[in-house]
Amino acid sequence: MFWTSYFLAVLALVLAWPVPVLLSRAEWPARAPFMAMVLWQAIALAGGLSMIGAMLVYGLEPIGDNLIAGLRSLAGMVLHNEPTTALGFWHLFALSAAALLSAHLVFTLLLTYVKIERQRRRHRELLALLASPSDDGPGTVVINHESPVAYCLPGGARSVTVLSDGLMAALEPAELRAVLIHENAHLSQRHDLLLWAFAAWRQALPWFPTTRLAQVAVNSLIEMLADDVALRTESKGTLIKAIAIVASGSARPVERFGPPGTSERDSSPEDSSLSGTGGADSPRTTASRVSRLLSPKPPLPAAQRALVLAASAMLLAVPTGLLIVPGFLG
Amino acid sequence: MASLGELERAVMDLLWAGQEAATANKLRDLLAQDSAATDGIAGHQGKDLAVTTVLTVLSRLEKKGLVERERGTRPHRYQAVSSRADHTADLMHEALGSAPDREAVLARFIGSVSESEAATLRKLLGKN
Repeated sequence: MFWTSYFLAVLALVLAWPVPVLLSRAEWPARAPFMAMVLWQAIALAGGLSMIGAMLVYGLEPIGDNLIAGLRSLAGMVLHNEPTTALGFWHLFALSAAALLSAHLVFTLLLTYVKIERQRRRHRELLALLASPSDDGPGTVVINHESPVAYCLPGGARSVTVLSDGLMAALEPAELRAVLIHENAHLSQRHDLLLWAFAAWRQALPWFPTTRLAQVAVNSLIEMLADDVALRTESKGTLIKAIAIVASGSARPVERFGPPGTSERDSSPEDSSLSGTGGADSPRTTASRVSRLLSPKPPLPAAQRALVLAASAMLLAVPTGLLIVPGFLG
Repeated sequence: MASLGELERAVMDLLWAGQEAATANKLRDLLAQDSAATDGIAGHQGKDLAVTTVLTVLSRLEKKGLVERERGTRPHRYQAVSSRADHTADLMHEALGSAPDREAVLARFIGSVSESEAATLRKLLGKN
């Protein structure tokens, strides 16, 4: 019990700092983006689990030989007013912290979902008024703007891919096809769920290196996954050219018409961050995508893929096992 | 009957094109003119378009914060809160801007690019 909490605390620390730093510097994720994505998810889940688990196990130590027995005694104290004298200050502190952290994580996940959905709905409303349907099939619309822009707005059956006039003018038909396939891959592979989960993860624990590194890595990995889908039907040269044209065009800052604050949306303070261009995260994504396409490395060998998968499974199994198994054995 | 979505779009188009605020009656007449002018077959918005429908559309647009009503006058006169170009710029800001809390809203083909990186890419393009 005692050692379990220390082990989980160490695991949480390792997953919060050195492991994500090493993984974000590694070069193999570009050779196996899907496996890397699985590993990042395992790191995030195992990290959260061992953080909460460590505090829980430490706090319950005096009142139970294992987690399940401890939780049962705790339930007795909470529900039936049994004496809590067995628990010292630090035990109660750890238990409260575990409860707060769990609530914080779940709440942030939900809050992030609501925020993202609200912004998407607003965006969709405006698109319905401003964009016109395109010839490239249902779910694709064109917006009148000179910057070459392509993006998709996920939303289940109402997902929409948006292209700008500037993009249609700048790209050859094959390049445009590559862009559309890329965006549709985001939608069909449900990358929005990954973006949501890791945005919430970062929002919840912004001061942990792991959450920032994970979000940056995931943003970059989903682009690689979508590129790989585009490469199944379009040539590498076409895709590189499309990326280069769009990237070189979109570096220009967007002109803002009218003073800020004219529209209702600008009234909330967080929106002021919209005017800032160039987050610290994204630029490397484009560079790494292009270099990955320009000088391709062979995909990761099957044995190493299996190793990554096994490591991910272990990461999830070890904290879960440590928390639950002693309860069944005892 | 045209869907409310189509009508919202048509009403916004009129308000964005017009210089000054318009009443629901005026908008109804303009909508009737438009559909008569474009085609007779699908002229479903024609004369049978009721002013109350236009008012419904306007109140929906008002709720979305796209249209505002002039207070004090009767009948009420409506106008767009901001121009079409303004709204487009807003959308493009969301699409091109990279505020961290916006990252998850949409998936761009290209994330934000630094000026130096763009220059490198332009050079690359020149070589092709």
